[in-house]
Amino acid sequence: MLSFTKFKVFSIYLILFFSVFFASLNLKNNNLIDKKVNLGLDLQGGSYILLEIDTKPLVSQKLQTKVIPIKKLLNKNKINFKNFTISSNNISLTIKAEKQKKFKNFFFQQQENTVNNFIPEYNKFELDLEFIKDKAFIKFSNFGLLSLNNAALKQSIEIIRRRIDDVGTKEPTILQRGDKRILVELPGIDNPERIKELLGKTAQLTFRLVSKDDGFGSEKLILSENNEELIVNKRVVISGDNLIDAQPQFDSQSNQPIVLFTLDRIGARKFGKITTENVGRRLAIVLDNSVISAPQIREAITGGTGTISGGFSFQESTDLALLLRSGALPAPINIVEERTVGPDLGKDSIDAGVFSLIVGFILVIIFMFIKYKIFGLVSNISLISNLFMMIGILTMLEATLTLPGIAGIILTVGMAVDSNVLIYERIKEELKTEKSIIHAFDTGYNKAKITVIDANVTTLIAAVILFIFGSGPVKGFAVTLGIGIVTTLFSAYFIARHLTSVIVLNDKHGKYFKL
Amino acid sequence: MNNKINFSKYFKAANIVSLLVLLISILFLFFKGLNYGVDFKGGTLLEIRIENKNIQIQDLRSSLDIPELGDVNVKQFGKEGDFLIKFEKNANENEKFITDLKNTVSKKINSAVNFRRVETVGPKVSSELLKQGVTAIILALGAMLFYIWIRFEWQFSLGAIIALIHDVIITLGIFSILSFEVNLSIVAAVLTIVGYSMNDTVVIFDRIRENLLKYSKIKTNEIADISVNETLSRTVITSLTTLLALFSIFILGGEILKGFSFAMILGVLIGTYSSIFVASPVLSYFKVTQKTLLKDDDI
Repeated sequence: MLSFTKFKVFSIYLILFFSVFFASLNLKNNNLIDKKVNLGLDLQGGSYILLEIDTKPLVSQKLQTKVIPIKKLLNKNKINFKNFTISSNNISLTIKAEKQKKFKNFFFQQQENTVNNFIPEYNKFELDLEFIKDKAFIKFSNFGLLSLNNAALKQSIEIIRRRIDDVGTKEPTILQRGDKRILVELPGIDNPERIKELLGKTAQLTFRLVSKDDGFGSEKLILSENNEELIVNKRVVISGDNLIDAQPQFDSQSNQPIVLFTLDRIGARKFGKITTENVGRRLAIVLDNSVISAPQIREAITGGTGTISGGFSFQESTDLALLLRSGALPAPINIVEERTVGPDLGKDSIDAGVFSLIVGFILVIIFMFIKYKIFGLVSNISLISNLFMMIGILTMLEATLTLPGIAGIILTVGMAVDSNVLIYERIKEELKTEKSIIHAFDTGYNKAKITVIDANVTTLIAAVILFIFGSGPVKGFAVTLGIGIVTTLFSAYFIARHLTSVIVLNDKHGKYFKL
Repeated sequence: MNNKINFSKYFKAANIVSLLVLLISILFLFFKGLNYGVDFKGGTLLEIRIENKNIQIQDLRSSLDIPELGDVNVKQFGKEGDFLIKFEKNANENEKFITDLKNTVSKKINSAVNFRRVETVGPKVSSELLKQGVTAIILALGAMLFYIWIRFEWQFSLGAIIALIHDVIITLGIFSILSFEVNLSIVAAVLTIVGYSMNDTVVIFDRIRENLLKYSKIKTNEIADISVNETLSRTVITSLTTLLALFSIFILGGEILKGFSFAMILGVLIGTYSSIFVASPVLSYFKVTQKTLLKDDDI
């Protein structure tokens, strides 16, 4: 175990050299290789926001769009039906038993099916049909729900990305988490409230006429400016989908912040028609079930552009324009988890973490030197190499260092000496029975090997499980702990062993043998 | 360290103590339960810094007397003027909530307030995190059991796992007794304790196995004794260096790492104890002898 080929020695120190090189990349900005250890949000400050989409409203909305096609299908094929009702998650109707088979055939027709889309991805239909006696129940199949959900999630991520990019935060991370969640990480942000407001809004914009009578086709909504209750038609004149641009501006007369919007061709035509026919009536501009403003139509607006004024501050008009530009979310989104760390706390954490790392490191080094003298020195050199290798690997992987991650490094420092201690204690025992010093070292290293590996594998198991199940900062701990085990094995069995062999082979008289 | 300590003489007494402590821990865990943090209970956690250092904790408390928040918990956190506030309400139901709260508090206590950390966890996520944490710990125990079973005999595996469960339950029991907060980082600490304690146990087991093969006529108890003594200096030195590092984190690493490093310190102490006084006796209770090892084609 004490003999090293020249090639092996060269390789060991080459690896060490590269580790030091990579670790040094963190010191200052260099243009050579752009690699660095990333600081976690808990160290550099920033926001971690987990969003969850709520697809329930989307399901009932989509179900609503099936009503007319289903009725058409029934009428076209002369299938009589009664009691057509729609609830939030199913449609039910009564069909005579002898017609049920016929309906089923049309309902699950693969070609030219206008009602029930076939999803080739899953080889299934989006809707399910079930008969109980003469009642038929139509609802979304699991696969229909899944594809609805996936499409909504994808679209939401896209829109959220647009909103965040528009605000101009640096290096945001937007990722899908599971099948209903979106993870947003915003490093360096100190006021997440504005972003949270922007993320949480569905931003479903509709233009609807205000009506006088409180009937079936209308609903009561609150005008947010002055809490006036308005009766607004349910029928949508135009929606945010018809918008192609929105910009914040100042009104030329009142100098109030307003939002200027531009409609696409279809939207412009509809808007022109409605405003021509309804001069004198009020038009409600509704955003997510509250009326932003309800101005009176003074004249026909045919140019395809218009303004929204609602007593905004400049910030509000900027945000509204941003929301309208980025489009509406397909489904409401809720924040289910948020962790925000201010930049000053992050800095305090780094300072405390690094300071305790240095102190812990020095204490361990002093202890080892006192205990094992020259071999303690060897162990300390391998410990320092270990630290450089850890940082080097973290840099190479561009891993994220968190506060628990720093704790992981300190813990590794404490535990890394274990391998050397195991070996030295073993050698000590061997020296009691073995006359040849070289032989004692050789067997010592050999016999301790199994134990060292066993002992480290168990910690590695813990680190891997932690990495799989941990989230955020805790994952950072698992990363440093795991890397630490690998570098510990390397430094104990290559660096320390090589240094030991140099000492032992050059010290035939046993001068240094005060283990 | 050549001094021989007759550990096996104390095995029985130690096991009775262990059982007692274990029982107390279980009773506490069962009746008092753990003081779950926001991660596992849901709600909101704020770390704040108040500019005016003369503000007392009771002033802050009364400024937070807002029924909407639910159960509010305020405590000093590190330096003067730094406080940790926890309340039941999920602040994310309303995006402006935090801003409003900040204004309310700073107006009531008449000082600028800096919200240094805000964590809100919804009820669904917190129950998921708890489930994940428990799964991770159980999985880690299972994986260790499996590894030892492959590397040694089943008796060893059982001994190790009993020691690990002993460590985990007592550590959590102490957290319950002291009402210390249990959050995600404590789960990380418990998993590391599992790894560390296992590490310790494996070193002793390795030696027991070696000695069992070397001496065929000595009783298991004595083999355990010899092995524990032979590895004792290593056990002590490694525990010491690890504790040096941990105390450094505990004292100097800042408030956030306090709970984590405290759990680890407890775990290292309990883990070291259990490797010697819990894992090793199990082997003699199961009458592990040289024959047990030679039965299979092991090593």
